[in-house]
Amino acid sequence: MNLTDTPEEEEFRARLRQWLGRALPALPPKPSPDDWPGRRAYDLGWQSSLYDAGYGEVHWGSTPTMRLIFLEETEKAGAPYVGANFVGLLHAGPTIAAEGTPEQRERWLPPILRGDEVWCQGFSEPDAGSDLAALRTRARRDGDDYVVTGSKIWTSHAEVADWCELLVRTDPDAPRHRGISWLAMPMDAPGITVRPLRTLAGSAEFAEVFLDEVRVPVANRVGDENDGWRVTMVTLSFERGTAFVGEVVACRRALRELAVEARKNGRWDDPVLRRRLGRLNAEFRALWRLTQWNVSEAELGGGVPGVGGSVFKLRYSHARQELYDAAADVLGPESLDLDRPWVLDRLSSLSYTIAAGTSQIQRNIVAERILGLPKGR
Amino acid sequence: MRFQLTDDQVALRGGVREMLARRFGPEALRAAVEEPGRLDRTLWRELGAAGFFALRLPEAAGGVGLGLPEAVLAFEEAGRALLPGPLVATHLAAGEVPGAATGETVVTAVGNGLVEWLAGADVVRGDGGAVGAVPLRSVDPLTPLHRVPTGMGVPPVAVLLTAAEQLGSATRACELAVQHARTREQFGRPIGAFQAVQHLCAEMLVRTETARAAVYAAAVTADPADIGTARLLADEAAVRGARDCLQVHGGMGFTWEFEVHLHLKRAWVRTHRAGPATESEENLAAELLADPV
Repeated sequence: MNLTDTPEEEEFRARLRQWLGRALPALPPKPSPDDWPGRRAYDLGWQSSLYDAGYGEVHWGSTPTMRLIFLEETEKAGAPYVGANFVGLLHAGPTIAAEGTPEQRERWLPPILRGDEVWCQGFSEPDAGSDLAALRTRARRDGDDYVVTGSKIWTSHAEVADWCELLVRTDPDAPRHRGISWLAMPMDAPGITVRPLRTLAGSAEFAEVFLDEVRVPVANRVGDENDGWRVTMVTLSFERGTAFVGEVVACRRALRELAVEARKNGRWDDPVLRRRLGRLNAEFRALWRLTQWNVSEAELGGGVPGVGGSVFKLRYSHARQELYDAAADVLGPESLDLDRPWVLDRLSSLSYTIAAGTSQIQRNIVAERILGLPKGR
Repeated sequence: MRFQLTDDQVALRGGVREMLARRFGPEALRAAVEEPGRLDRTLWRELGAAGFFALRLPEAAGGVGLGLPEAVLAFEEAGRALLPGPLVATHLAAGEVPGAATGETVVTAVGNGLVEWLAGADVVRGDGGAVGAVPLRSVDPLTPLHRVPTGMGVPPVAVLLTAAEQLGSATRACELAVQHARTREQFGRPIGAFQAVQHLCAEMLVRTETARAAVYAAAVTADPADIGTARLLADEAAVRGARDCLQVHGGMGFTWEFEVHLHLKRAWVRTHRAGPATESEENLAAELLADPV
């Protein structure tokens, strides 16, 4: 067991720090959260500079440890996160890389890496959330096209995406996991209607996407027809790897800022509050160690994230909500002011125990797949 | 970075587990409970011969020459097996108190107002020794306790090794709960098929594995904030793990016969050995202000 960089890792870290020191001051000002075209341009611009500097493929072309170092250093330096590139870099891209034909890889991967194209995800449906295999969006074969009808929900960046990784039902009579296919749908195809959804934090972070007889070329199917469930599981396992590295680093910084604020406004004198922050410090220190543990495990296991991801996500999503509840305790009545720091974060954090598998579903996964308990009901 | 056990560390952990299963299995545990206060000196010397106490002593001084990570793995196994005796104090005395390293001398230490195994030990370490010690009717049948009028704490390594024992105990409690949930049937199916039971077990694993990362990291860095973190998380994993294990076992969990009460009671003793949790919390709060944001 060790926690020190190898010479190779040390060199990678040092070079990255140097580059960040030069690249970050040259960044344009951050666009407002409601400015979607601005956000798209900003996020793509950042990916483009990463590409030019040789970091374009870091999310899935490098080893888990290098990815950990990349995410740790960029977050520490205050660099932008993937933003609108999230689905392209962390879902669709890895799926195409693993399951696509050479032509498909050639068509879709370079624009993702260069920061030219944005992807969104059409998986969840109004009646298929945690139970994703219940999805009903139909794709009927018509010559060289699929004709797709149905609706998708919780689709982030749908307004500005070029492509959608879409799960559709191609065989309604097959057992539900065996009648699904994975398609790359161009977002400018006729028949697509995007309706933004406002979150409880007040901003439009995702959308509903209605599909009415949308034609998608059969050539845009990745993997075999009706094999989309397996293809999708490849994608989902990427999400549970190093996806939260930057966020844990950000939480540890937020906690330090919170302590400074408490000291400034006098709340620090309350031993109950102090101990609450002390316990949160332990919590996030441990979560950082668990991240390092899981990354080393993935590294030794050939880059495939292990089941430890569910354990991490359960603990982390809860801890992050606790962090912002503690922030509200520090702020007192000012925690009701949306213009104060951490207040919007507190609202956003309510999604963490829901998104990418609710905590309840995660506990089922831990119980059945890790502990080997019988299938629940 | 390679934050996983090395092959040697896996082998060491397996070796200690195997030795303890052989020398301190369920029957020996039950026998020890029926004879409270009696320390098995033969077993103690065997532990000494196996290098349990001399693990971190340099080879030149007759030790095994290993480090804190290896000691943590050995103590994790001791916690898992509920091995009784002042293990931490004797391990810390190796090389300082004659006979401690070999298991000839049993050493206990005063810390945080308590002293464990006073009557069974040959040497008492700590400020003022055991002057004014008053026996308690110990809640843990496998840890005789005295109160002492000194508030002196214990060294950080003792806190870490105690956390390692808590980790082993938490791991064991989770395993026992899962075994029971798989086999015990009610309403025509194993109780582990009910989500309410599944979620209890899942949370036990989450607490244990998070604590494991914290304890192992503290063993690698020996950093005071890492040790404080390890201690808080391991205490939580052990105490709540034993409670939930007890709950999963239903009425059986409330019996003297079933071992879970021994895990819970020992976990309580260990939380006090390491001093007040509030102190660790305060230290970790202060650490937040130590470095500039």
